[in-house]
Amino acid sequence: MAEFGNPDVVEEEVDILLIGGGMACCGAGFEIMRWMEGTDLTVKLVDKAAMDRSGAVAQGLSAINTYIGSEQDPADYARMVSNDLMGITRDDLAYDLGRHVDESVHLFEEWGLPIWKLDENGERHDGAQGMTSLKDGGKPVRSGKWQIMINGESYKWIVAEATKKSLGIDRIEERIFIVKLINDKNDPSRIAGAVGFSTRDHKIVVYKAKAILLAAGGCVNIFRPRSVGEGTGRAWYPVWNAGSTYSMAAEAGAELTLMENRFVPTRFKDGYGPVGAWFLLFKSQATNAIGETYMTRNKEMLDDYPPYGQAAVPASCLRNHLMLKEMKEGRGPIWMDTVTALANLRETLSPREVKHLEAEAWEDFLDMCVGQCGIWVGENIEPEKKNSELMPTEPYLLGSHSGCCGIWASGPDDIGAPTTETEAGVPDHLPSGWNWGYRGMTTVNGLFTAGDGVGASGHKFSSGSHAEGRLAAKAMVKYCLDNADYKPELDTPVDELVEAIYKPVRTFLEFKDYSTAIDVNPNYITPKMLQFRLQKIMDEYVAGVATYYTTNEHMLAVAEEKLDMLKEDAEKMRAKDLHELLRAWENYHRILTAEAHMKHIQFRQESRYPGFYYRADKNFVDEENWHCFVNSIYDKESKKWTCFKRAHVDLVDKSKLFK
Amino acid sequence: MPTFVRTDKCDGCKGQDKTACMYICPHDLMKLDKDGSETGHAMKSYNQEPEQCWECYSCVKICPQNAIEARHYADVVPLGGSVQPLRGTDSIMWTIKFRNGTMKRFKFPIRTTPEGSIDPYAGKPSADMANIAKPGFFNHNEQNGYREGDKSELINL
Repeated sequence: MAEFGNPDVVEEEVDILLIGGGMACCGAGFEIMRWMEGTDLTVKLVDKAAMDRSGAVAQGLSAINTYIGSEQDPADYARMVSNDLMGITRDDLAYDLGRHVDESVHLFEEWGLPIWKLDENGERHDGAQGMTSLKDGGKPVRSGKWQIMINGESYKWIVAEATKKSLGIDRIEERIFIVKLINDKNDPSRIAGAVGFSTRDHKIVVYKAKAILLAAGGCVNIFRPRSVGEGTGRAWYPVWNAGSTYSMAAEAGAELTLMENRFVPTRFKDGYGPVGAWFLLFKSQATNAIGETYMTRNKEMLDDYPPYGQAAVPASCLRNHLMLKEMKEGRGPIWMDTVTALANLRETLSPREVKHLEAEAWEDFLDMCVGQCGIWVGENIEPEKKNSELMPTEPYLLGSHSGCCGIWASGPDDIGAPTTETEAGVPDHLPSGWNWGYRGMTTVNGLFTAGDGVGASGHKFSSGSHAEGRLAAKAMVKYCLDNADYKPELDTPVDELVEAIYKPVRTFLEFKDYSTAIDVNPNYITPKMLQFRLQKIMDEYVAGVATYYTTNEHMLAVAEEKLDMLKEDAEKMRAKDLHELLRAWENYHRILTAEAHMKHIQFRQESRYPGFYYRADKNFVDEENWHCFVNSIYDKESKKWTCFKRAHVDLVDKSKLFK
Repeated sequence: MPTFVRTDKCDGCKGQDKTACMYICPHDLMKLDKDGSETGHAMKSYNQEPEQCWECYSCVKICPQNAIEARHYADVVPLGGSVQPLRGTDSIMWTIKFRNGTMKRFKFPIRTTPEGSIDPYAGKPSADMANIAKPGFFNHNEQNGYREGDKSELINL
């Protein structure tokens, strides 16, 4: 009988393995069954949590942030994505997502997601009034050019239900945490499987698969968070995003892209409640301590970064840049002027509409960030009576929100993407051009990604991640049909994999009686302490909040040395139970992701994202030499990274942004 | 705002192996203390790692006994407020109590179809394998949401 330290080993073979249960894998699970009809392909989805509430949409959302609508062109979307991310994104990926994404949004509404509507008088209504659906021409409530408002508490629940029905419960296994991908024994450039463990039963799982979709989210908690007690959990992005996507892909040999990019959202302080609706729907202003709007006061600073500061909506990092000036020069705190915004709106509204407006303001948080309401009730903040502080958060790594780090993925071949590479220095075994066969495939054959995994695009959000998962699903079916004769063989014996996965457990069992206090023992380190060490290094040397997001080559050199030792010590992590084994592997993934981030910042000799991070020794944007992608590969044997440039090419005309 | 479980309400999901909160927590935080050796309260669940709680309220919303509440992060928030939902099948009710005693109640829709009613492929075409390498999904534009785009925007074609 299996017990702690003596797990069952379950080996399974499927054609297609979906790793993750968030929006991307839910999209994939829905799309894939239809393309598999009439084939003899098999598929399985594994999720480290429960699909009803897993991934970044677990809590719900108050808006769908990517909805193109019939009035905008996918090219407009690709332009917005590019400018917000300082000009270096893959137009092919953004454009492709833009033309597909509304198909998923319309399905969400069909499945039961309430989407707010505007009536013919311009009045807003919640999504349960039976008004015309988007599919049939109903008008959504826009909060900005690309976002639409929803009653989204059950957004994930609804999307998961559709995927569960599509795949069937027998093809889904929850509470399985995949920790390593396995390459093919006969072809190291190909994926052959994945291994992980159950967080509920003493069971290690070994999957062989021809194609794998790796969509396990972005990376949270590699930097010391602003709240370090109980508040540590109140990360802006979900705290369970552990960089598993990036680290597992890197170890399998996949090329990463733009890992220097990060997102530092400006949010309501401490609770990290969303600001989008406040800025764009309620027309609120953000000010310094004496009521000056910093975007106006400091607007000439935008001219330092042409052309990205000169678009109608300047890049997100530059908006931070203007705010940070106020904070650094002692004109904080920064306020969201909710009082004036709501007073202005009240002037033209009936009492009924005012009551509705108040509910809307609260729902914005209650749907997706209840914690912010916790701050408001604790501090007696009613937004019509008292303003709230804003604060830039600790840095996050992700590829689906306003960030673009991730894996270099094959794009569509019908929108004019380059097929050759003009930058020197790309390792020979990597593909040239932006499409090498299958949409969403990484540079490892058979390994696909979506959502936070696909780098160099960004701004896909929940709906785009779902659509991107669907695109990958379709491509994976084609890959499997084209490779029907391929039989995966793992490059590592199963018993070695089992020992690697269970090492933290073995370490604990071997040494636990050496000291009387279970957490203080020179033979091992707890996952929690390892995480604290990682966060301290990243915060102090790799441009965290401690230095106002500033670093330089010397600080990075110190970080490199410290991270090397941390990586060595990760071999000594302990796990006293399955829960801690989960944390141990999450933190192993975090370290590799953090290291990639540091190496990329070190390689890029400029400060491409002012407001997100500054290289004080290269504090400029260098369009001549660095208007390019920085990509990297990792060698799991030598444990070394190799960074290199790839050329950037515009596929849509960006000058239209500045006319 | 880590969640906490009220001893007077939690029934350990009536002796089942896993509780609803254990089932749903995205971060593997909720744990059933079967013999009381960890909390002194046998057959009740607890949040085993409160400083990792994202306050997503998944456990609060799913608990059949309404035994789970949240106490706002002690290192950040003054005491005394509470934000408590009651989630039904088509709507959610929130009761909000401020530190100063002010109360607010809100009700929002959460879904327009009966729970469990989704029939994902009903009325949708099968995939046409001839299109597998082309843009579009299996139900190509059945949802009227494919945005073809103005090809003249693509400057390298």
